[in-house]
Amino acid sequence: MKVNELIEKLELTLFCGEEGVTNEVTGGYTSDLLSDVMGNIEEGMIWVTMQTHQNVVAVASLKDAAAVLIVNGYEPDDEMLDKGREEAIPILGTELSAFEVSGLIYQLLKA
Amino acid sequence: MLFRYELEGGNFSKAGYASSEIKKTLKQLSVDPKVIKRIVVALYEAEVNVVAHAWKGEVLADVEADQITLTLNDEGPGIPDIPLAMQEGYSTASSAVREMGFGAGMGLPNMKKNVDELHIESRIGVGTNVRMITRFTNEGG
Repeated sequence: MKVNELIEKLELTLFCGEEGVTNEVTGGYTSDLLSDVMGNIEEGMIWVTMQTHQNVVAVASLKDAAAVLIVNGYEPDDEMLDKGREEAIPILGTELSAFEVSGLIYQLLKA
Repeated sequence: MLFRYELEGGNFSKAGYASSEIKKTLKQLSVDPKVIKRIVVALYEAEVNVVAHAWKGEVLADVEADQITLTLNDEGPGIPDIPLAMQEGYSTASSAVREMGFGAGMGLPNMKKNVDELHIESRIGVGTNVRMITRFTNEGG
């Protein structure tokens, strides 16, 4: 499933990184600890988090994540937006909690 | 090929720059993507350590045909007890750093897991030198 299909199905907000919406999402990883994500996320995964700063994009880019999804209605700060544009990584948002949206993504990917 | 990047204590916007550049360089050299991932994980963690704890520092990357040597030299408080610092979950990070999602005590263990050799030397009140070597033919996990 591509990032833009997830955006459509889950009514996600796209903050930046439009160039990356055709990235294939192969799985997901939900965590707010950057070292945990560094150690465990795999290429092509969507990263679900409530962190909203630029280092999130640095980690996502280094690990070739498909997209970053910010939960609970939080929004990326300006530096994160700039970095997301620079690295062409889609930064998405949802009002849902990490638990809820991870469950929905899991269902969609396993379907 | 030798590359050098600067790091500033507290400046998280610069953390990750060296990792990103090294990643590009290694890609161009057609190093196995899995090996590249391991190298950049270790380098990113090392960069964050300098930014989170030290006053200033540098990254030196020596890229050879069959291996990379990454050296991080910082001027900072030093590490009083290196075996303790290597323990998963042990951290001296500030609350501000923890709020950003760093400081979970996984940095040094992540570095050790992802390189072939990790050497740390530290002097209290002076600084820390970290040297990491990874061979490109590495097949270990």
